[in-house]
Amino acid sequence: MTFLSNIFKRRSSAPVARDRLQILLAHERISGGDGKDDLLAQLHREIMEVIKRHVAVDQDKVQIKLDRGAHCSTLEIDVEVPGLTDVKPGEKPAIQAAKPAPQAKKA
Amino acid sequence: MSKVLVVTSGKGGVGKTTTTAALGAALAQNGQSVVLVDFDVGLRNLDLVMGAERRVVFDLINVIQGDANLAQALIKDKRVPSLSLLPASQTRDKDALTSEGVAKVIAELRKKFDWVICDSPAGIERGAQMAMYHADMAVIVTNPEVSSVRDSDRIIGMLDSTTEKAKNGEKLEKHLLLTRYDPQRASRGDMLGTDDVLEILSIPLLGIIPESGDVLRASNVGAPVTIAEPESAAARAYNDAARRLAGEKLEVTIPTERKGLFDWLFKRRVS
Repeated sequence: MTFLSNIFKRRSSAPVARDRLQILLAHERISGGDGKDDLLAQLHREIMEVIKRHVAVDQDKVQIKLDRGAHCSTLEIDVEVPGLTDVKPGEKPAIQAAKPAPQAKKA
Repeated sequence: MSKVLVVTSGKGGVGKTTTTAALGAALAQNGQSVVLVDFDVGLRNLDLVMGAERRVVFDLINVIQGDANLAQALIKDKRVPSLSLLPASQTRDKDALTSEGVAKVIAELRKKFDWVICDSPAGIERGAQMAMYHADMAVIVTNPEVSSVRDSDRIIGMLDSTTEKAKNGEKLEKHLLLTRYDPQRASRGDMLGTDDVLEILSIPLLGIIPESGDVLRASNVGAPVTIAEPESAAARAYNDAARRLAGEKLEVTIPTERKGLFDWLFKRRVS
């Protein structure tokens, strides 16, 4: 059964490789590969600066998720803010900054 | 009109040294005078692939530092008289490759040879930058595999920004050489095809070298594949690539093994 389903279900892997490369390289070409930050890295840094201006942030309590797509990328920064008084026990106080950053596809 | 050609890739193990040896030998066999320069300081291998490992006395660093002159360091190939090799140093480190020193050596080689072929080390650091800096043209060796294509893209970016030509606002000719290509796996859809790689990297195609045991056999005996196994599919592909480099217009095909029953029975045992 496994044998048969392998034969019929298996998709060729080359198109997957091509698509992954096209997305990755579109981003790497924007950043130029010479240490210059790309847009998402810059957004991340500036958002963190703003948050730090108002609250003390523990670096271990910051979660950053990044998803680079062909047409749209998302940067999700999840910051745990300690000591907000009007929060019930058990509930996690958090500021969430989710920034969709549309990026131009490779020209 | 002499040409400086860099053979580069970013990624290691894709076939830069094999390609340098095979293209250089093919050009020399067609009557051009050729020098192969190994830039992989500390990890030289072009001498071994060319079968000249026991004839190395002086190297590129010795010439740069004035311990030897160029004529003393150049090793003439015993099979093709118009082919020479300038080996890298095995003991020194890359910092010995000074910009002025490399510029001087390349300028001198330009006067003596039709082709100066620089075998770049893997990576994007000093050795690789020095190898590409003076190039008029580049052969980017790429395997149909994701990490190799990514690294090639990075190298193409460097060729367009950090070389002497780029700094003078001139165009550096770039050519893609697809190596270790397996037509069967590509047609099954399990290997990036030629069109995929060309679409992603968007530079002109110089040739497609099929995956072949003949390449390993040639390096085992210390000869470029175009000399050791001239009738093999890989050698014919390299020969065509060399002719395209020299300006001939040839359609790019993927050569296949020519195997008669006789070959099939006896070839394996002979080697």
